Amino acid sequence: MTADQVTGDVTARDFDVIVVGAGPAGSAAAIGAARAGARVALLERGPFPGAKNMFGGVVYGRILDTLIPGWYGEMPVQRWITRRATMMLAGDRSFTVDFRAGEWGRAPYNGATVYRADFDAWLAAHATAAGATLVCDTVVTGLITEGSRIVGVHTDRADGDLRAPMIVACDGVNTFLAKQAGIAGDTSPGNYTLGVKETLALGRDVIEARFGVRGTDGVDIEVVGSTGNVPGGGFIYTNRDTVSVGVVLRLPELAEDTQRPEEILAEFKSHEAVATLVEGGEITEYSAHLIPEGGRDAMGALGCDGMLVAGDAAAFCLAAGIWLEGVNFAIGSGAVAGRVAARAARGNTPEVALGEYRAELEANFVLADHTKLRGAPHLILGERMQQRYPQIMCDIAQGMFTVDNPEPKPGLAKIARKALRRHDVRLRDLARDGRDIWRSFG
Amino acid sequence: MSDDAHTDYPPVSFTDRMETVEFRVGERPHIVVDGDQCQGCTTQACVTACPANLFVPRADGGIVFNYEQCFECGTCYMVCNTEGAITWTYPDGGHGVVFRKA
Repeated sequence: MTADQVTGDVTARDFDVIVVGAGPAGSAAAIGAARAGARVALLERGPFPGAKNMFGGVVYGRILDTLIPGWYGEMPVQRWITRRATMMLAGDRSFTVDFRAGEWGRAPYNGATVYRADFDAWLAAHATAAGATLVCDTVVTGLITEGSRIVGVHTDRADGDLRAPMIVACDGVNTFLAKQAGIAGDTSPGNYTLGVKETLALGRDVIEARFGVRGTDGVDIEVVGSTGNVPGGGFIYTNRDTVSVGVVLRLPELAEDTQRPEEILAEFKSHEAVATLVEGGEITEYSAHLIPEGGRDAMGALGCDGMLVAGDAAAFCLAAGIWLEGVNFAIGSGAVAGRVAARAARGNTPEVALGEYRAELEANFVLADHTKLRGAPHLILGERMQQRYPQIMCDIAQGMFTVDNPEPKPGLAKIARKALRRHDVRLRDLARDGRDIWRSFG
Repeated sequence: MSDDAHTDYPPVSFTDRMETVEFRVGERPHIVVDGDQCQGCTTQACVTACPANLFVPRADGGIVFNYEQCFECGTCYMVCNTEGAITWTYPDGGHGVVFRKA
């Protein structure tokens, strides 16, 4: 396309920044860009922001403190997480570490369960309040390029081409924009999990009695050793009058398994430790979504001349066992991308945006956390963590708490040695995993 | 896994499960499966992995696909090992799955 044709296109001068996708990354990008003075189009393929989105369940809001001061007074929250548990399942046994902090149930809070249809629409409303133009029902079908520079997007609307100096691709885990630009990271199936989830109606009273919380307090339980032959994990979250229960399944093994996703979920729900929490709940919605779990080493270029990539599209997702975070990384990366894109659009310097974007992300939690925890995905989804350590933890707990009179109590060292031997874990393996855990989490 | 004799779940058929989800079905099939390409595929990973159970094996070894109740998750094309068998796009704007409580 020639320069004359570009100038002849009315839409060419309407926007400085086009943000693709009105999820948390996209809305944060639109807020960042609009507040920096850019004219912003925020394109969403669903009928409303959040319609296409599903997640494990917890938003950690600290990143919103600067973006939306006082956010916790207005965010559509289901429950504030005041209890955080990590559970290991082995056979009919379970071993749980359970932490409660009343402080997390008061301002300025820590994490909250939300429904994405509510949360994403709320964040997008802040984008429009900042001046962005939200356009729903619109699929971006491809990028418009001139040489190596990206100069706009094709949409599925009639006369739907839009041009702008900067594009911010927040088009989610399947990111066809990053793929088209040739800057997606390692998109092999091993870097993705499938999450399937049931939202179960249980009623407030039942939830509060079963989960031991009151008022607006809620619970987040992460589970390992709960997904049969497929590496992954389970989760249970309380909403106001429903409970979200689901499993996350690594794609290559799911593809080879004989069990279907909902069957693995049903088996998870049938474990006594889970059933006693969720049984009787009527399914009000079933949902599924992919999760980019490859971590730092699977990430792509984060952008190119004329485009930045944020959120799931950039594989910003911390799936590190005790930490499971995504929405905060989407918001954190999106806000920076929007601000940088606005600056690049104003100065007509799209070529410098990527360097600035990367430098800012490396200086804050978005890339720092992923870099520190780059070994975590391999560790968490590895065979020992998935299959053997839950068994060993349960063996040790059972050995400690079974009273075998008249036999004298065995020592912990003896119980642990026996458990390791029984599950064929050598001290060498344990030491190596311990070292890796310390390097990642220490 | 534990004996689930104690558990008290209302029996939920797959049809009932999928009826909890809103789909604004578009006229254009956004995913197209080339059933002939699937002939001779020994893994048929899509059949097991698709959370919406949209891939049905045919007696002759091919695959029948129904796009209408699709979560648009992307699992099928990710696990498919036959180049070109699955052509995957998003549904047209405003169509497809609409999550409310996810």
